[in-house]
Amino acid sequence: MKLMPKLLASAALAAGLALPVAAQDDPFQVGFIYIGTPGDYGWTYEHDQGRLAVEAHFGDRVETVFLENVPEGADAERAITQMILGGADMVFTTSFGYGEATNAVAAQFPDVYFEHATGYLREHPNVSTYNARFYEGRAVLGHIAGQMTESNIIGYIGSYPIPEVIQGINSAFLHAREVNPDVEMRVVWTYTWFDPAVEADAAQALIDAGVDVLMQHTDSTAPQTVAQEAGIISFGQASDMIQFAPLPRVASIIDNWAPYYIRRVGEAMDGTWTQSDIWEGIDTGMVVIGEMTDAIPEDVRASAQAMIDAIGAGEYHPFTGPINRQDGTAWLAEGEVADDGTLAGMMFYVEGMTGDIPN
Amino acid sequence: MIIDPVTLIVALITVATPVLLAAIGELVVEKSGVLNLGVEGMMIMGAVCGFITAQQTGSVALAFAAGMGGGMALALVFAVLTQVLMANQVASGLALTLFGLGLAALLGAGYSGLPVPSVTRPFPEALRDIPVAGPILFSHSILIYIAIGIVAAVWYVLTRTRIGLVIRAVGENHDAAHALGYKVVRIRFATILFGGACAGLGGAFLSVVRVQNWFDGMTAGAGWIALALVVFASWKPWRVLLGAWLFGGIAALQLRLQAADVGVPVALLDASPYIVTIVVLVIISSDRRRAALNAPAALGRVFHASS
Repeated sequence: MKLMPKLLASAALAAGLALPVAAQDDPFQVGFIYIGTPGDYGWTYEHDQGRLAVEAHFGDRVETVFLENVPEGADAERAITQMILGGADMVFTTSFGYGEATNAVAAQFPDVYFEHATGYLREHPNVSTYNARFYEGRAVLGHIAGQMTESNIIGYIGSYPIPEVIQGINSAFLHAREVNPDVEMRVVWTYTWFDPAVEADAAQALIDAGVDVLMQHTDSTAPQTVAQEAGIISFGQASDMIQFAPLPRVASIIDNWAPYYIRRVGEAMDGTWTQSDIWEGIDTGMVVIGEMTDAIPEDVRASAQAMIDAIGAGEYHPFTGPINRQDGTAWLAEGEVADDGTLAGMMFYVEGMTGDIPN
Repeated sequence: MIIDPVTLIVALITVATPVLLAAIGELVVEKSGVLNLGVEGMMIMGAVCGFITAQQTGSVALAFAAGMGGGMALALVFAVLTQVLMANQVASGLALTLFGLGLAALLGAGYSGLPVPSVTRPFPEALRDIPVAGPILFSHSILIYIAIGIVAAVWYVLTRTRIGLVIRAVGENHDAAHALGYKVVRIRFATILFGGACAGLGGAFLSVVRVQNWFDGMTAGAGWIALALVVFASWKPWRVLLGAWLFGGIAALQLRLQAADVGVPVALLDASPYIVTIVVLVIISSDRRRAALNAPAALGRVFHASS
């Protein structure tokens, strides 16, 4: 874990300010805890873009600090505490595994605002959680993938078998099947969010199994490189990965945290911040579909855009019945829409998926 | 669905190469009686130096040279610490890994995602198109053939030449070698640098050929597997090659089993290289005489000319 110069500077500043603090002139300090580095061009990169957007939006009124490569677990607690002692008034902890550490520190600092990404633990009134409806974006990618595959086998690199990832697989598969009844989906689990070598190997394994469209739910661009060499199609993940456009990357699913970060920092500054559990998608722009390249046929682009618009307008939910579970039992009846509780705990495949979810 | 053995073999050779390079270098280091636990740090330095050079110069050959240079620079620090200042080798090696990871992150900041030149394949398209033999023998990048060449060279030098005999003598009993007039420190300096160059080359292969990108911490423990591999191979060069392919094969196979929808316990397969290493260690250590024959007797011991 590296202490960034900015944080060092602010820590030194805080140490020097042993005199009474003039709250009026002090910039509001916002801290970010990162699981990786902004250089991953994926997950952490997008959180860092959100941080920069906060800086750009509030100018001198806000100061931001961040810590990168913070391991999940006990070390995170120390890192968050250190950040607050350095003067942070608000902390965003940007990985699922920081949940317990965030709440433990929140108990000690009731005046500091905490925002935990993709989590569910809100044990104290100063802790909020936020997440994006990634499955909405996956539906659009599945819609495109189903029409672009020629081998009728779509590959999916999964990180860990947790509900958030399984939602994405199911959503992508349902919408690929909808436009292409012959489509199959093959899933490889890497058991890591970020290991470029393993991600590249997983991509190669899928390609060798006949996959010609590749989706990923891991953080690095390594699978894109493999897809490019193999001449198949891929989708950017977490960030736009536009450097791989127009091929292999034909579209992407972007986690756009900036509007949320600006909104919450603003609320914290003017005292209107309240605890919340946010789960937003295409409607508020938290999930964005990156530019669809010319490699996608025009009619497919048009129908994909129509789906984006329908989801954004709240007219279409990607999990709308009839949908059966993998074992053939009914899950959603005709026209029924999945409730958030079931989605948040989704540990089953939908009908038509051939593999098993490892436990 | 059945797994295609040809693509499996092609994949496992690629997967195994970074670890193979690092392990064959470490084997020579350990044969001279030095235990360098800094393989991971030297690999990542090679990865970052190789990537930056490839990006800046557009030359793959220079990138590999820079990767070796990066690994050697870090190895030099280790050599000075352990051979001149006589620091503890285990502690210095661990420090080297931590230092290498941090320094590489610093050097590589801002380079992620930049394009690198593609690596040429030495054999023509016609050879690669031969069924079965073509992909397995002729489809790889040049560095994979170099890696196998290094294994052969290490085997030849260690077992068939005078230099190899001297290196082994230093590793078995540095006091006796010193008494015979061999420059123990100088020889160990050379082997440590060779180990650094190999580890750096392995790292450069990872960033320039396999992933074609730079990420912090991208070696993700490959250096530690290389260290295990040397023990697994009981300090024999060809066994390092076999072991690397076995480990690589398991990694490549488990991903393919998943891709083929074969219900296998992934965690068990992932752990299997380590289980195999433990089994081999148990078998080796069950025969004390053989273990003593294989492990360099002076491994990890500090040499002081006056002692």
